[in-house]
Parts: sequence; structure tokens; C-alpha cells
Amino acid sequence: MKPITVLVSVDSNSILLGAKEFLKYLNELIREHNLDTIVEVLETGTIGNYNGVTIAIMPDNVYYSVNTQEDVLKIFEEHILKGRKVLELEIDKEKVLNLTTEELPKEYKIVTRNIGKINPKNIDEYIARDGYFALAKALQMKPEEIIDEIKNSGLRGRGGAGFPTGLKWEFTFKTPADQKYIVCNADEGEPGTYKDRLIMEGDPHSVIEAMVIAGYAVGATKGYIYIRGEYYGSVENLRKAIKDAYEYGFLGSNILNSNFSFDLYIRLGAGAYVCGEETALLESLEGHAGRPRLKPPYPPQSGLFEKPTVINNVETLANIPPIILKGADWFKSMGTESSPGTKVFCFAGNLSNRGIVELPMGVKVKDLLALSGGVAGGNTLKMVQTGGIAGTFISTDKLEVPLDYDSFAKYGVSLGSGVILGVNDKHCVVDIALNVMKFFKHESCGKCTPCREGTKIAVAILEKMSKFEGTENDLEELIEIANVAKNTALCGLGQSFSVPLLSLIENFKNEFLEHIEKKVCSANICKKVEKTKKKAKLAK
Amino acid sequence: MLETCEKHIELYKELDSYIQNFKGKKGALINVLHKAQELFGWLPPEVQEYVADKLNISPATVYGVVTFYNFFSTKPKGKSQIKICLGTACYVKGADRVMERFLDELGISEGEVTKDGKFSVHGVRCLGACSMAPVVLVGEKDFYGKVTPDMVPSILKKYKGEG
Repeated sequence: MKPITVLVSVDSNSILLGAKEFLKYLNELIREHNLDTIVEVLETGTIGNYNGVTIAIMPDNVYYSVNTQEDVLKIFEEHILKGRKVLELEIDKEKVLNLTTEELPKEYKIVTRNIGKINPKNIDEYIARDGYFALAKALQMKPEEIIDEIKNSGLRGRGGAGFPTGLKWEFTFKTPADQKYIVCNADEGEPGTYKDRLIMEGDPHSVIEAMVIAGYAVGATKGYIYIRGEYYGSVENLRKAIKDAYEYGFLGSNILNSNFSFDLYIRLGAGAYVCGEETALLESLEGHAGRPRLKPPYPPQSGLFEKPTVINNVETLANIPPIILKGADWFKSMGTESSPGTKVFCFAGNLSNRGIVELPMGVKVKDLLALSGGVAGGNTLKMVQTGGIAGTFISTDKLEVPLDYDSFAKYGVSLGSGVILGVNDKHCVVDIALNVMKFFKHESCGKCTPCREGTKIAVAILEKMSKFEGTENDLEELIEIANVAKNTALCGLGQSFSVPLLSLIENFKNEFLEHIEKKVCSANICKKVEKTKKKAKLAK
Repeated sequence: MLETCEKHIELYKELDSYIQNFKGKKGALINVLHKAQELFGWLPPEVQEYVADKLNISPATVYGVVTFYNFFSTKPKGKSQIKICLGTACYVKGADRVMERFLDELGISEGEVTKDGKFSVHGVRCLGACSMAPVVLVGEKDFYGKVTPDMVPSILKKYKGEG
């Protein structure tokens, strides 16, 4: 080990802020000064600072937030060469790491345990932090024992639906077949969600290890990671990780002399939100248009190529190795009774700090908002959307609600994929509803009528409302469309567009009525939309 | 067919050798289309027919898949594709105003290509970089975060000189 280690965050957000250039520049400086043997530069995942690229100097344990090349030069000249802290660039590491450590004891970092601590491209660093130990342990266990452990842990699918993971595995295990599959759903497309990307970028081996364990438990010998084509960083890190895992014998034939073999492939998605729905994802994996299948049969009975298939979300899988190592009781000691463990939340929208945090299930919306630093720029919070675009919009009187898989049934606040999207008072409810419904209209696969036609009509009505031409009848019709889709649409996508729509109408009915009766938009947005449209036409 | 052009013959050859990897494997179509679009930039009818022929499936099936996914394009796109994220997180941070500015600066509407073939502007779904909203992606890898309408001219400038 070299005397000085410099950690540079190269997650996607940092790359946006120039991390790659800074890294290159830093390496050049080190070479110029012949410090190659003294300074080690390591790339790592997100460290928790989202306002700049984080550069940490070890063993001094000093964290800097960097935005320009001059900043890098300053740190190099002052700190690395002369050993003096650059005070103006230093960030309070308590504050940065606080996002994930202060509020909860360290052991609550399950899914994000390695992110920002290891070089995701180096398998040895993963192994050094107990990586692949769970696999070694699992291979000594009987498949039934593994399934029981996962079942007892109460782990539920983190993709949004919350189905018990152990049950999925058990159903697949119990279905006899000559071939079974494990599929990782990495088609993260829920607007506002980016946790899976950060997990795959920062700790790809945790996903791979979990998939091999799942394969052994249910008797599957092949796995696919279905990932968004746009997630270049994740694809790159996963490819490298899979290659290394093959070399070390964690993938391939006769894994760790257990006689168990498992092959893993990456498949790129092609940009369709509906492919996050598990049966649509399977269709896409088979090379077809991603239209959902009629259920039943469910994937554990008949999934990929009509064979029994386990489909798990990235975050769900990242929970598996720690559960195998530490046991179901340890896992159950966190979170709530119905939803044990932790959840990774993503802050988005008009909030001061945007980033991810991992907290025990049952955390209150209010506390999450506090962690995110509240609304940015001195504005007032108008509403929060929880759970992604298919999640609920809630008004500020519901912030005391604890979030877990029961909070939707109990309080009408969805956990979904863990998005906490703050919206300030500069926004109009009708306009937001229109934006949301345009999204669903665009992403509807067109297979079933309630969704295909429902989203179309909803957009038309909301457009009318935003031009102050809506009637009270229209509002009733919107509610009816949403209810019909909720009860009759074929898949989760079709059923779920009712959630944001109904929650907006329920919580902000007055604002809809204002557009209808008084023909005013108190946020002054709706008029503007009309104006710009005219302008665009003139320009043509 | 586009066989008159030598460059295209090369591209077809490369596509061929890629397709060979999938011999006997199921579910190759989407991967092959990814490769084809990477090579040709878009998926004209003759390329779709070629893929159908090679994989022994009907052109209608290929067309059905191509038009289903946002990623595949049946129209040529600009050399630098400007993708503006219109996900909720970007939208509440003003992505619509950024989009408007791009269209104004280039004098095109969404989905159109500029006369010199250099730019096209597309609204896309969430790019998963919500902490940097609003986000713009130029080409495949150049991300710009916290974009304001005023930053638009300087972003465009970077790509105007190319090719």
C-alpha cells in the first residue's frame, strides 16, 4: 500500500461535474511530480456529497468538494505536496457522511454497505469486505434452508410491489423443470429513481453474488441482468465484474467445487418504461415488443422461455448476501413488522440535497424531508410525491406518515421505489397532472383498452383544463377513468396511473376547481403554457 | 438495398459477424437491433429486412419491435442527438424551458433534424440522474446537469465545430 491514498468519487453525478477530467488531471500531476510510488488514486462510488466531486485524502481523513481544475491543483499543491489542509474546499465529513450514518447506526447500511468505500472495478476489494462469503456459506447449505432463511427474513421486493422474495423463490424451487432462470430487473425507469444505478455502479458484485445464491437455491443455472441501455456506467462496471467473477470461479461451472454451475448474461433494454413490469421484461428478453402477459401463470411457474423464473430488483438482490451471512433475525431487527430491513430513498425535485439515503423501513416522510435539507431556494413546500411517478402526491398534512409497504393501504401514501420528490409552490397541480399523464400516455404499450384509451382521454381533459376550458363533468370523468383503469387494466403500469391522478385530485381538488370555475391558475403556469405554444407556432 | 455504397457493405459484414454470435440462441433480436443501430445510426427499412432475413423471422415482427422501443429510430437523427430528460424531477426543475431554448436556438421542432444534419432534439424519459436535474444528454455519454436555458448556447457551441 502506498503512503497516501486519494479517493475520487466517479458516480454518474460526479462525472456530470467533471470527475473524469479531474481524475485525469490529478493523475497527470502525480506523474509530473514522480509521486507514482507514494500516492495511490482510487475511483469510488458516491460518497454522499452532491454539490461537487468528492476527493478524500487518506489516511488524513479529509474530504474536499471540488468543482474546477484549479481546485484539484490547489489540493494537490497544498495538501498532497505540502501537507496543509485547503480549508475553503474542505467539507464537513460528518455532514456529508451524516446523510447515511448519523441518523442510524452503521449496521443499517445494508444495500449501500460498500458504495463509496470500494473500487467497484476491483473484485479483491469486494472480497476484502466479506464479498462472496455469503455465496460460500450458501453453497454449504441445502437449497430449502436458504429459501427458509430468506422467507423468515421477511424481505420484500424493493422494485415497488413489495412481494415477499422468499415466496417467489419457493414457488420457483417447487416447480419442476429442466431449465430455470434468475433475472435481475435493472430496468430502472421510474422517474425520480436512481438508487439501482448507484448500487450497480458502486457495488456490482453484490448483485452478481446474490444472483448466484438465488440460482443455487431454486435450481437455476442461467441468469440475465436486464438493464437500461442508457445506464452506460452501470453496464461497464457490471461487465467488468462479471468477467472478474468468472476468472475467480464465482461464475461458470463447478463454483467453489460445489458441482453447481451458473452463467450470467447482460441484456440491454431499449427504452420502454413498461419493461419494468416483470412479464413485459420477459417478453423483451425473448426479443419481442415488451407487452405484459396475462397473469397467471406467474413467472415462478412459467417465465422466461416458458420456464420457471425468479425476477428480482437490484436493491432486493443487494440485500441477499448480508441476510445469508447474518441471518433472518438480524434483518428483522430493523424496519417494521410487515416490512423488515431498510429502504434506499432517492431525493429529487425542489429539495436542497439530492442524493440517496438508506434508512430503516417505517421512517417518516417528515424526517426524510429534514434529511434532504428541505425545500431549496427559500421556497415553500407544496406537495411531495412518494414512490415514483406511479406513486402518490401528498399534501403537507400527511408528512407524519411512516413509510413502509403498508402505508399505501393504511394512509394512502405509497413507498414504491423510494422516491421523495419535493415540489414547491411555484408549480400548478393541473400542469403536474398533465405532465404525469403525458408520460403514461407515451409509455402505455397499447395492449389493453383501459390504459391505452384512458391515458389518452386523461391527457385531453387535462389539456382542456390547463386552457381553462374544463368543466366539472370533466373532473368526474377523470376520476372515473382512473377507477376503471385501477380495476381493469392488464398490468401494473395500467393500474397504477390512477394512483398519482387520484391522489392529486383528492388532495388538491380546490386547485382543479379553481381552473374550472374561476379560470385562474394561482401558480401562474397554465396561462404560460398557452402563450409559449402560440409563440412556437409563430416561429414556424 | 444500400449495396452501392462500399461503406455499407462493410457495415453489413460487421452486422453479420455479430449475428453469428447468436446462432442457435433464443431472443437475439433486440441485441441485434442495438448493434444495427450502433452501426447505421438508425434503422432504415432495408436494414430491418436484412435483420429479419438473417434471423429467419418476418419483417413485420422486426418492425413491430423497432417501433415499440424508444431507443430504436426509423428516422435519421442528428449527428449530435440532444436528449432532454422530461421526467418529473427534471420537469419541476424547469426542463421544459431548457427544451424550448434548444428548439429556439436551433430553429427546429422536437424530433426534427437541423438542415446541416448536426443536431436533433428529443424529449426522453427519466435518465436516472435526478439529483442533477434538469439533465441533458448529448450523444450517448455527454451528460450536463443543473442546466439552465442560459447554458444552452454554450453547450451547442461545443458540438457545432464537429464534423
